[in-house]
Amino acid sequence: MNAPPKAIAGVSTFVDDRIGAGNFLKRNLRKIFPDHWSFLLGEIALYSFVILLLTGTFLTFWFKPGMGEVTYTGNYAPLYGVKMSEAYASALHISFDVRGGLLMRQIHHWAALLFVGGMTVHMLRIFFTGAYRKPRELNWIIGILLLSLALLEGLTGYSLPDDLLSGAGLRITQGVAQSIPIVGTYVSFFLFGGEYPGHDVISRFYSIHILLIPGILLALVSAHMILMWVQKHTQMPGKNRTEKNVVGAPFYPAFMIKSGAFFLFTFGVIALLGTFAQINPIWLFGPYTPADISAGSQPDWYMGFLEGALRLMPSWEINFLDHTVTLSVLIPALVPLGIVMTGLALYPFLEQWITGDRREHHVADRPRNNPHRTAIGISGMTFYGLLWLLGANDELSANFHLDLYTTTWFGRIAVFVGPAIAYWITYRMCIGLQRKDAEVLSHGVESGVIKRLPNGQYIEVHTPPAEDIAEHIRGKKEIPVLESAEDGEGIPPKGARSAIGRLRAKMSQAYGTDRVPLTDGHHEEAHEEEHAGVGAGDRKELH
Amino acid sequence: MIGTGISVNSITARRRHPLARVAVVALALGLLGGGYALAAPNGSTADAAIASGKADDVAQGKSLFVAHCASCHGMNAEGTKKAPTLIGVGAAAVNFQVSSGRMPAADAGPQAPRKPRAEWATDEAVDQLSAYVQSLGGGPTVPSAEQVDPAKGDPAKGGELFRANCIQCHNFVGAGGALTYGKYAPPLNPATPTQIYEAMATGPQAMPVFNDSTITPEQKRDMIAYITHVRSQVDPGGSGLGRIGPVTEGLVAWVVGLSLLILASIWITAKKRRAA
Repeated sequence: MNAPPKAIAGVSTFVDDRIGAGNFLKRNLRKIFPDHWSFLLGEIALYSFVILLLTGTFLTFWFKPGMGEVTYTGNYAPLYGVKMSEAYASALHISFDVRGGLLMRQIHHWAALLFVGGMTVHMLRIFFTGAYRKPRELNWIIGILLLSLALLEGLTGYSLPDDLLSGAGLRITQGVAQSIPIVGTYVSFFLFGGEYPGHDVISRFYSIHILLIPGILLALVSAHMILMWVQKHTQMPGKNRTEKNVVGAPFYPAFMIKSGAFFLFTFGVIALLGTFAQINPIWLFGPYTPADISAGSQPDWYMGFLEGALRLMPSWEINFLDHTVTLSVLIPALVPLGIVMTGLALYPFLEQWITGDRREHHVADRPRNNPHRTAIGISGMTFYGLLWLLGANDELSANFHLDLYTTTWFGRIAVFVGPAIAYWITYRMCIGLQRKDAEVLSHGVESGVIKRLPNGQYIEVHTPPAEDIAEHIRGKKEIPVLESAEDGEGIPPKGARSAIGRLRAKMSQAYGTDRVPLTDGHHEEAHEEEHAGVGAGDRKELH
Repeated sequence: MIGTGISVNSITARRRHPLARVAVVALALGLLGGGYALAAPNGSTADAAIASGKADDVAQGKSLFVAHCASCHGMNAEGTKKAPTLIGVGAAAVNFQVSSGRMPAADAGPQAPRKPRAEWATDEAVDQLSAYVQSLGGGPTVPSAEQVDPAKGDPAKGGELFRANCIQCHNFVGAGGALTYGKYAPPLNPATPTQIYEAMATGPQAMPVFNDSTITPEQKRDMIAYITHVRSQVDPGGSGLGRIGPVTEGLVAWVVGLSLLILASIWITAKKRRAA
């Protein structure tokens, strides 16, 4: 009865005998995946990447990455007879003369925006739940590499059509290359094959965009997935969830179907955007000439924070031994990117150094339960977000009637003050949420039942929280603190004697100390009267 | 009410009718509107007067000037601390500023915004005012209908000139942009072809002058052809998102794209297998 039909059995035996897939599948098809909405965020990036590969291949059929001058004779009348590069003419050809070309271009571009967006929200989820901790630090580093490469892929991609807007981005890229001390000019000449803009950069970017970076991305994405598979997915704290098990649904059939459905959702949303929302209308920008520039020239969103940094930077410049160091370009190009990317890459190791935590972690943290980490994360997001916002300061100024220089000065101050305020607010919120959790565990939840006591007092009956909620709260795990107390003779432990050691011990104290320990049940006498309603007898009445 | 056959009592009674108030308001509005329509100046007769080149346009213009402009620009357009002299600015400047509602200025801001015309500023009044200012010291004149006819221009040539001269402030499709100290380059969408020409010829507010030796009248017409062609063009890729470039695209990617996908992920994971 259970024997598979011959057509299937024959083929599967054939395959199994030769590559031994049966055992592999048997072991892996039932792999358990935990269920939480935030675990699907990375898939937005994964599926956008698949769509990018498919639509990108379509676009290569017609795109000509040349900078030779041609005269446009295509269907778009306001550019008829205008001289332009081959690249721009072929991008116009795709948009107006290839069937489905514009739709494919738009889907490709929207997918690119969502690719980086999906990576970003996925990365934030990993960060705030501490899912980068041992043993997943390497996968975290791979993720940071993926994000950095995606930025580079985006930069090379939006330069390709050689329209006026992409040219503005190219010009900034060249400015950044030139601002590198000593070698800057050489780097620029090497990249552009001579004087800017030259005749080489589009074809070079094309090779990088369609061959080199996608290849590395594909390899790293595979490594990312394999590592995730081997190390197993983290799970949120809850009933019966421990560091030694994974509670969830098997890959086949449950997770596979959910995952497949989510691919269709991703594809659907991107297709809808590609159909109904115009993106990168290169025909409106016109062909690139280095002499022209448009108001409101912005990069795609993921470069916005760099644009903002450049706009906020005062025009500092130093001359040293006949070399000009253009700090006004060098600092905004390198410092925010360095803070964000290097900071992210090093964070797991910094955290380990401060807490001395060498344990393996498979249960994710709730963000509130590590208030300093959450505050650092929100602080970083505020820094990034303010730079990002101020990257659009001309559009903000034009559309909301603000003074342009006021926005610049606001940004210059806010970019330092904002993260500090965000840190403090987030920290207080985390502590407040922890207190709420502790209260739910120790006093129960409000039942809505008012009870009159024999002495005339009214109280509201509290009931214990639902089991899953209680278990979710109890999943809080202590953060280790480095031993720094002096021994009997007033000598601190070995690691905490130097200045760095003392600082480390102090940071460890601040980072790890649990300010709101959870207490189960109703232990404190002082609360007895206030919440007299909590007790076995009352619970019985409620059921 | 002797002799009318209507008794005072019956009027008093009707006065208290529930619909009486409505009737009175309707009557008052009708009288006011009708009276205004009769009293308001009629455009077609004015055109005839201009065409015949009546000398009293200048005189009419002067009286308009004294009534509406002189408080800032001086009784003889010589300028005051508040506003510059208008001697030599030409009819084109007056036509641009007053027909676009920028003048008379509402208040002293960094820049006079485009707004609905003043009530008195009919086409005839604007022409009279222009004639008066033109008579003071010459200057650029109002272009003819042919000079600003988009159909006679070459939009492709105009586009190249537009990109070389205009978009650094007005954005690549004339959606407008920010300038320093609260000033801005306004969007070109509401501007008429005549106003676009006049703006180039006179350089209003923060805008530089593009005189006929910098950009010839034919080139100006090409640019007008490009601007009007592109602004009336239906966006082939769907909603144009304000045509201001990647800022709104990024906003849509996050607010629409990622929000929808996050909602989808919440919805998918909320579906649990039911225990049999």
